[in-house]
Amino acid sequence: MADISKDQVKHVAHLARLAITDEEVEKMTKQLGDIIKYAELLNELDTDNVQPTTHVLDLKNVMRKDEPRKWIEKEDAMKNAPDQQDGQFRVPSILE
Amino acid sequence: MNFETIIGLEVHVELKTNSKIFSPSPNAFGSEPNANVNPIDLGYPGVLPVLNEEAVNFAMKAAMALNCEVATDTKFDRKNYFYPDNPKAYQISQFDQPIGENGWIEIEVEGKKKRIGITRIHMEEDAGKLTHGDGGYSLVDYNRQGTPLVEIVSEPDLRSPAEAYAYLEKLKNIIQYTGVSDCKMEEGSLRCDANISLRPIGQEEFGTKTELKNLNSFSFVQKGLEFEEKRQQQVLLSGGEILQETRRYDEATKETILMRVKEGSDDYRYFPEPDLVPLYIDEAWKERIRAEIPELPDQRKVRYIQELNLPEYDAMVLTSTIEMSDFFESTIAEGADVKQASNWLMGEVSAYMNKQQVELHDLKLTPEALAKMIKLIEDGTISSKIAKKVFSELVENGGDPAKIVKEKGLVQISDEGQLTEIISGILDENEQSIIDYKNGKDRAIGFLVGQVMKATKGQANPPMVNKILLAEIEKR
Repeated sequence: MADISKDQVKHVAHLARLAITDEEVEKMTKQLGDIIKYAELLNELDTDNVQPTTHVLDLKNVMRKDEPRKWIEKEDAMKNAPDQQDGQFRVPSILE
Repeated sequence: MNFETIIGLEVHVELKTNSKIFSPSPNAFGSEPNANVNPIDLGYPGVLPVLNEEAVNFAMKAAMALNCEVATDTKFDRKNYFYPDNPKAYQISQFDQPIGENGWIEIEVEGKKKRIGITRIHMEEDAGKLTHGDGGYSLVDYNRQGTPLVEIVSEPDLRSPAEAYAYLEKLKNIIQYTGVSDCKMEEGSLRCDANISLRPIGQEEFGTKTELKNLNSFSFVQKGLEFEEKRQQQVLLSGGEILQETRRYDEATKETILMRVKEGSDDYRYFPEPDLVPLYIDEAWKERIRAEIPELPDQRKVRYIQELNLPEYDAMVLTSTIEMSDFFESTIAEGADVKQASNWLMGEVSAYMNKQQVELHDLKLTPEALAKMIKLIEDGTISSKIAKKVFSELVENGGDPAKIVKEKGLVQISDEGQLTEIISGILDENEQSIIDYKNGKDRAIGFLVGQVMKATKGQANPPMVNKILLAEIEKR
């Protein structure tokens, strides 16, 4: 498989909302490329007849009853808000 | 060049469970902002979501009612995006193993029945509600965060905005019958995005589609699509190209307005949600839910036609909402004549609801009272004309029809002696009308009947008035 490109690194950084310098792009392209290469070692295994594993725990159907429960008060919910107004979280406007 | 319109709809429906899908916070509409939140909803570090069993039951019920195959092995996935309505920076959704697939519903437009495919229905959590302020900031209420949702994706089988409207009506009706959601667009418990593209007639390949958002009612969906259909046609006819973009419908200008041009579609980086274990739905669970699905609108419609002998039109109108259908069934269970109950519901009751812009549950009228009133007409206590007065009272203030009739003195006069006396008096005063009638002017009789009704405030039994009147004229 081809190495990861610088553009791909920049794209991934943008999706994660990370600002990275050109130097960091160089560094990360190499590092991420190495990680991908390492993971590719798994391609040596024949997985043709194996279902993809989505979870490693041998558990299924962990569910709760539909019973509402008040956990915290509204005041507590707002305590860590950096900014608030009228009982709501105030955030910079991001218009789509 | 002539074009064919291709429409597909994505509908989000909120499930009315008591608590949220992954946290025990109350699931309620209209609470004070941020009153129904907890650390799970707010995406605090270290918290773990736990799936609400009832949300799965409801989603299965919706899937089955829409004729979907229900998955046996299913799971949840993370859809990653940054937006302030979503405190975790990901939404828990379902990607490649939705709870339901390959369903369909039947719609009817201009008398033509058509089956519309449903690609998939999947479970996910709703996001918080943003209110955009003027000063470059927004306010966020996370009460809605974590409300259980199903997203229902149709096949691109719809060929006109009218079909899209019919599909939405039918979908809403079916979901309301199952009882898993109120489907109130005004409260956001049903929301719709529409995809539309055009292709030259005869071409296999689809054209580039645009997505319409901000569609706040079914009629805006239809109007937005109608505008977009024309806009795309003009672009294509003038040699232009349709761009894959998101547009919103502006209710004031009745136009669609560009919101953003879409980039690639795989930017959400879905991956299996590690905090939730897989879901395995065995046959016993499926059968248990299947047994809970009530009779759906199409089945009821057939029963009304075949067993209650109602005309197809009546059956269609009566089953168009579960509320109307249940009201009708309660009315006939109280002993009202089937056709009379249908006539009153489709006629006076619907007219009143339209005029006042209210729903059945807003009326003071009960099925029991309607049934009693219909029985009073049948046994001759009141005429159907007087019944309209009784109805106005029932619909505004409620009460017992027999009592209203008595208190307001509305009982029909069917006493032959009493009627003969009144009619004789009227004939004495209107000799010219008698002469006119005898000279062949049939209209004179109508005038005389009118005088009798006036004298009795509309309470005279009409067939008896006719009979006595003719007999009395013959005597003169």
